[in-house]
Amino acid sequence: MTDRTEPIVVARGLRKVFPGRAKDEPIVAVDEVSFELHPDECLAIVGESGSGKTTVARMLVGLETLTGGELTVRGESRAGGVKRLADRRRWAREVQYVFQDPYSSLNGRQRVGDIVETSVVLHANRSGRRGSARTAALEILESVGLGEQFASKYPHQLSGGQRQRVAIARALAADPAVIVLDEAVAALDVSIQAQILNLLADIRAEREISYLFISHDLAVVNQISDRMIVMEHGIVVDSGETADLLANPVHPYTRSLRAAVPRPGWRPVRRDRLAS
Amino acid sequence: MTAPLLRLDDVRATLRLKGGEQTLLDGVSLEIGEGEALGLVGESGSGKSLTTRAITRMLGPEFAVTGEIEFGGASVLGMNAAKLRRYRSQDVGMIFQDPRAHVNPVHRVGDFLTEALVQNRGVDRREAERRAVVLLDEVGVRNPEHRLRQYPHELSGGLLQRVMIASVLLTEPRLILADEPTTALDVTAQSDVMAILDEQRRARGLALLFITHDLELAAACCDRLAVMYAGEIVEQGAHVYDAPSHPYTVELLGARPSIDERADRLPVLRYNRETHELMKAEA
Repeated sequence: MTDRTEPIVVARGLRKVFPGRAKDEPIVAVDEVSFELHPDECLAIVGESGSGKTTVARMLVGLETLTGGELTVRGESRAGGVKRLADRRRWAREVQYVFQDPYSSLNGRQRVGDIVETSVVLHANRSGRRGSARTAALEILESVGLGEQFASKYPHQLSGGQRQRVAIARALAADPAVIVLDEAVAALDVSIQAQILNLLADIRAEREISYLFISHDLAVVNQISDRMIVMEHGIVVDSGETADLLANPVHPYTRSLRAAVPRPGWRPVRRDRLAS
Repeated sequence: MTAPLLRLDDVRATLRLKGGEQTLLDGVSLEIGEGEALGLVGESGSGKSLTTRAITRMLGPEFAVTGEIEFGGASVLGMNAAKLRRYRSQDVGMIFQDPRAHVNPVHRVGDFLTEALVQNRGVDRREAERRAVVLLDEVGVRNPEHRLRQYPHELSGGLLQRVMIASVLLTEPRLILADEPTTALDVTAQSDVMAILDEQRRARGLALLFITHDLELAAACCDRLAVMYAGEIVEQGAHVYDAPSHPYTVELLGARPSIDERADRLPVLRYNRETHELMKAEA
């Protein structure tokens, strides 16, 4: 068991530069980004498209290498990206990823039960579950609200909300310390979104787990996260407790994001002319 | 009161399949007056996009459509090919969720903007370009002459959606059908695009049918709202957002997280097909 005060993820001065195409300038996607993710915490990274929030998340699971900075998970550096299969396994056991679109992130030719069971088997050595991997998979599916009858179904037979539950179940099957939720509720209808947000809260109440919650939706972020950082053009412009930051936004960018959220009495506002 | 610009009366669309048939629009009735904005709100599969396709008679032969659709007093379902083409190209303008899917990527922005004027209206190419430049400027596109020479991929999503708005305004329609026009955009771009659409529509006295899943957004930009569920409008009027009376609308409004306060748990919708059928039977 980790010390509760000891962060699981430490990011210091993260930097990612993508080479530009042909004669284009290199693109600095992430620059000097630092944060800590503690056990049992939900940290939101908020920003608009192109802010670099997804690149940060992808660095954490080893899908992107770092151009600069330091990134550790439980003290182990992830700066070099995944080099060996053994690393990938070990890393995946600690940090799992749930994507926005469960239709493209689930194997369409695998049954739901098998999808979750594969994850259980792959990461079995750390989880101390008794009984067969199948039983474990069914229990996990049950815990995300999918009864036994769903195990034999294919992803295409499920609704968007049910598919996202499968993606969450697959992540939980690795018994990870961190789940990265990258716009995980953005594509869902309001009624389904509420169910998934409640489910994510229930999971946190039942076990020690941390979320890195990537989102552009401030209302959703307000509902689920403890702390948030705001990214714009690859840099962190604001950070703090979610409730404080949203109640009294100080940074102009955070203010403009908050002001753009439709709510009772709200009117859309025209910005200055767009150059891009 | 004068006759409405658009009137749908008990419109049903039934999809005929090999195994049987499925009613996807189940008696939709609505009216939009000249210069009025109606927000059609619902979740996926509720039939809101299908409604716009019915309005433009774009449902394929696999659909059986009944009921009455009138535009400016004329029956849309009864139009002959020439009238239908005129109606689609001149009376209504359409804006979609993904502007990139509705422009030809190998044609320049200028060609896209002027095509309708040059082809359908016989406007001189230079004159069409001049009008396009004026409109791009009005919808807040900087350096419009340069934009005309660019290709769609060189423009951001928010900018391309402004080009789409300009393209619709250029043909001077009486009704704009906007189907989730800001769903793919960032919140700040959404606010911006809706402000432009709202301002231009009012300035020209155009009617708007605004399709969205976002009740808050619809309430901010429309005179009246209509809420759809399972192919039916369950509730409509100017009161819907402030004082909803239908249980589905009430629950839908409650399920959305708030930026101002955090709920212990989000209320989950109990309204489902079963309650829906029950309510219908009682009514």
